This record gives sequence, C-alpha cells and structure tokens, in this order.
Amino acid sequence: MSLLLFLAQTLRIAIPYLFAAAGGALAERAGIVSLTLEGFMLGGAFGAVLGAHYTGSAWVGLVTGVASGLLLAAIHAVCSIRYKADQIVVGVAINLFTVGITRFFLQLAFESSSNSPRVAGFGGDAGSGAAAFLTNPLVWAGIVVMPALWWLIRKTTFGLRVRAVGEHPQAAASVGVPVNRVRYAAVLGSGALAALGGVYLALDQHQFTDSMTAGRGFIALAAVIFGRWDPLRAGVACLLFAAAETLQIQLQSAQLIPSQFVAMIPYVLTIVAVAGVVGRSTPPAALGRTTD
Amino acid sequence: MNERTRILLEESILPPLVALAVAFIAGDLLILAYGQAPGAVWAALFEGTWGNAYGFGQVLYKATTLTCTGLAVAMSLRAGLFNIGAEGQLAAGGFGAAVTGLALPAGTPWIIAVPLCTLAACLAGGAVGAVPGVLRAKFGAHEVIVTIMSNFIVLALLNYIVSAKLHVPETLHTPEMHAGEVARLSGMIAGFHGSAANWTLAIVLGACVAVWWYLFRTRAGYELRAVGLQPGAAEYAGVKVGRTWRNALILSGALAGLGGVNFVLGYKGYYEDGFAGGAGFLGIAVALVGRNHPLGVLLAALFFATLSQGGLAINAMVPKQIVEALQGIVIIAVATSVPEVRRVLRDAAGKVAGGRA
Repeated sequence: MSLLLFLAQTLRIAIPYLFAAAGGALAERAGIVSLTLEGFMLGGAFGAVLGAHYTGSAWVGLVTGVASGLLLAAIHAVCSIRYKADQIVVGVAINLFTVGITRFFLQLAFESSSNSPRVAGFGGDAGSGAAAFLTNPLVWAGIVVMPALWWLIRKTTFGLRVRAVGEHPQAAASVGVPVNRVRYAAVLGSGALAALGGVYLALDQHQFTDSMTAGRGFIALAAVIFGRWDPLRAGVACLLFAAAETLQIQLQSAQLIPSQFVAMIPYVLTIVAVAGVVGRSTPPAALGRTTD
Repeated sequence: MNERTRILLEESILPPLVALAVAFIAGDLLILAYGQAPGAVWAALFEGTWGNAYGFGQVLYKATTLTCTGLAVAMSLRAGLFNIGAEGQLAAGGFGAAVTGLALPAGTPWIIAVPLCTLAACLAGGAVGAVPGVLRAKFGAHEVIVTIMSNFIVLALLNYIVSAKLHVPETLHTPEMHAGEVARLSGMIAGFHGSAANWTLAIVLGACVAVWWYLFRTRAGYELRAVGLQPGAAEYAGVKVGRTWRNALILSGALAGLGGVNFVLGYKGYYEDGFAGGAGFLGIAVALVGRNHPLGVLLAALFFATLSQGGLAINAMVPKQIVEALQGIVIIAVATSVPEVRRVLRDAAGKVAGGRA
C-alpha cells in the first residue's frame, strides 16, 4: 500500500514535468532553445485560473490556459524564427515578462499580490483524494504524453521534418521541407504542452499563487537534456526526479538528507550529462541557430 | 550614410532608443489597462527616481549591482559565450564577502578589510564561473546549460547553509560581519540620507575601467574578442581557444561576484538568502542594451535601475510589478528589433556603396 502511495505521489509530482519536458523536447528537436518552459507553465497556470474563475468550469480553464501558453509561444516563435533574435535572450525575457505580467493581472483581476480565489478543478471540489486523481483527465494525458511524442517524432512525417530542421535546416530546406513552418509548429506545440503542465498545477491546487511554477520549467528542461532529447528517456528522467522529491517528502521527519540537496539532484545530473562523464548528452546540431 | 555614422547608429544609439520607446509605449498600455493616467504615473516615476536625492541614491545603489552583472554577461558574450549564471555567482560573491567579514577580527581597519572582502567576493563568483569554464574548455559542455543548472545548485547550497548552519536563528541571514563595511555615500552628500548608495559604486566604476582596459588594450582581451568573433580563425592564429573560454567565464563569474559587495559590505553587513533577487538575470538585459561595452553597460544599468526603483515610486497608482513586465518587454524588443534594423541599414549602405558590402 505504501508503495502504491509512493508511486501515486511520484506521478502527481511528475505530471507537470512530463508536460513541460514534452514541450521542451519538441521545440529543441526542431532547433529552438527552450528556456521558456518556465514562462509557458506559469502563463498556462494563470490563464487556467482566469478561465475557471469566470466560468466555473475546469474545462474552460484548460482551454484558456493552453491559449495563454500559445500566446507566449507565438511571441517566442515570431522573435526567434521570423526576426532571428537570440533565442536565449528572448527565452529569459519571456520568463521575466510572465512573472511580471501574471503579478500585474493578479492585482488587476483579484486585487491580491499573492494568490487568486479558489477555483474549480477536475474531479469536483472533493479535493485531492484518489478519486479526484483518477478522474483527472490531465493525469491520464500526462501519462501518455511522452510515448505519444515519441511516436510523433519517430514515426510520422512531421516528426521526421522536426528532426531534420533541428539537425540540418539547410539540407531539410533543399529537399523542400518548409523549415520555418515546421519550427513555428514545434514552438507553438511546446507552448501548449508546457502550459498544460501549468494548468494541471493550478487546477490541482485550485488556485494561482505568485510564481507558483517555482522552477519546475527548468527541472523539465534538465529532464530533456538528461534524457538526451529523446521523449521516452526524458519521461523516465521526469519520473526519476519526481521520485527523488517524493522520497525526500516522505523522509522529511527522519531528516536524513537536507531537502536542498535533494532539490539539487536534477541539476547536478544534468551537468554531469552534458559534461559527458557517462555518455555525452549532445544537443540537436542546429539548436539555437537560425540561418538564412 | 557613411560607415562611421552607420556603426555609431547601430552600436550606440539604436538599442537605448528602442528600449526607451518600447518602455514608454508598452508602459502606457499597461497603465491604461489599470485605469490610470499615463502622464501622472510617468511623472511620479521620474520624481521618485531622478527627482529627489533619496530616490536617486536608490537608483545608484541598484545600478551598482546591475553594472556588475551586466559586465559579467558582457565579458562572456565578448568571448562568444553566454553566462546565464550571474544570479548564482552574485549570491556566491555576497556570501564570500560576508564570511570573510565574519572571520576577520573586530576592529580590522577598512583599508585592509574591504579589499580582502572584495577579493573574497570575486574569488567566490569566479569559482562558480570556473565550473562552466572548465567543463566548456575540457569537455565542450554547453555553457548555457551548465550555468543555468549551476544557479539552482549554488542557491540551494547557500539556502542550506543559511537555514541550517551559519545563521542568526529565526532568520535566513548570516551573523553581522565584524569588519569590512563600506561607508554610505550619505556620509559625504547629506541628501542621500536613508538610501543604500555606498562607495561600492567607486569600486564598480573602477571595474568598468579595468574591463575596458582588459578588453580593448591588452593582448589577452584582444584574443578573447577574437575568439568571440571567430573561434576557428583565432585558433588558426595561435590563440588557445579553450583556455580563453575558461578564463572568460572565470572573469565573468568574478565580476558578478563583485556585485555581492554592494549588498553585503555596503548595505546590510551580512549575507541574506535571496538578496540577488533577479539582478543576475537582469544583467543579461543590461549587457544587451549596453552592447557589451563597459560604458554602455553602465548607462543601461542606470536605465534598468531607474525602472526598478520607479516601480516602488508608482506603487500607489499601479502595481509595481508593471516594471517587471516592462523589463521583459524591453529585452524582447531590443533583442528582436536591433538585428532587424541593422540588416536594413546594412542593406541600404550596401546599395549606396554599389553592392560593396
């Protein structure tokens, strides 16, 4: 029973990572740097709460949350693809902008600097019991998102094009692949996916709180890199990072390891992975480069 | 348009112009969305920053830290690398300074204590910068990824230390230093009374000159810029690219670490969890608008410091968070429009010169 509880708790923590990491893997495989996941998630969380608050429906919240993610992703895409701005700079700026603008609208809509009122979530108002967890469509979507993305990237024409523009855009263009259009689709897709992670967080907690994503977008990015840009491996990395967190929460009373050290695990593993101590993690060849 | 005017336009005038224009237009829209009159809000923002001595002192204080993180990012970008780790390096620098000040015996004269603490800040920041530097030089690990991750690691480690090991109970800060405090500017100019502006400003101005000298007047700086422009060509000319990258990231980290002096020695007298508060990330904006030139970095730091202090001045009318959104918008606008306008100008210049370009 406690093992089941452990797995359920791990999954609950992993769902936002899985969505955001899926978004990150998609955009990065198309050659667009994904420092924006944190911003997309936060925007998604805020959009979801706005929609759910004004209509009382979690489903509307889901739609408005994804729409917020798409809006932010559109800014990222136009700046990075159409205008060839530095993707790292734009990514950092979008994160900064999202923190500020969600605080601004939190004040404007709810006259609070810390949190929104309580909103509806999936599984009724019952709270966070097992029934609410199992009837939450986002939980099930989160479980299948990585296998689905793997299938999309490995088995479909679109996926082949995504990989081609991420590795060698000139070669892709020479055989008629619309490089920019594929990249737009990948970035918008990453915005929608990462926003779902934020939607899940906000509806699970039934409210928006200031900067509630708290670095989860970067843990997701770490999972993408640690998983060598492969959706299945990235998914396993998300579960691994979530399991470490769960273990830390359950062992909290024992005070075996300080929580800060558990929090470091994803980041340390990622540095080890890119430094290539155990099997070098190599990004897509054209990552971050937009050429004419 | 001749070559000189074009370069002057591109490099020095265009980015700040875009930044100012965009800040005003986007700011107007947000202020109107909140149901306030833009004119009154801008007037209050100006009055609360450049309009009185206290506000201006606060701008100087914030600009001091931002200049350091801006110089840090600029130094890395000149070498063709992107240091996103300034946030953690800044925090590490502050911690290094605070611990050194704590270790010194009480009554150590400032002439000894301040340089020692400052050196400790630079060493701590430089040590954090050395990690991505060495990994880049030795293993080709991408510095963007390593510096992002190093932020979280450093901040978590420092959080652990000040919450469990070295702290005043019930707080998240270290005990007060015994020696090494930097005097406030208000000691000389009474009008600054109450503001945190302090003599770290002088140290940082010195750092600006030193960075300029290093980049544009020394052989090592020339090599660093050559590597930044064309690593392949630089290597062919005999420059050790890996070593240059490593040194650039160490120097970059040291500059960010220097920023910790402003808060720790000049303001609080101790290290406090979370004092960096985004100044490391804003350093990217400062370097971008300042075109990676020390003088530009200084002016850009004043601009972003004005925005951030201005947010407090207008908080009664519109939420101060408006400036955080504005800072993001300004960065996006500058990063997007400047390369675009440059392309247009370059095309125009090419046509005038008969396709010479």
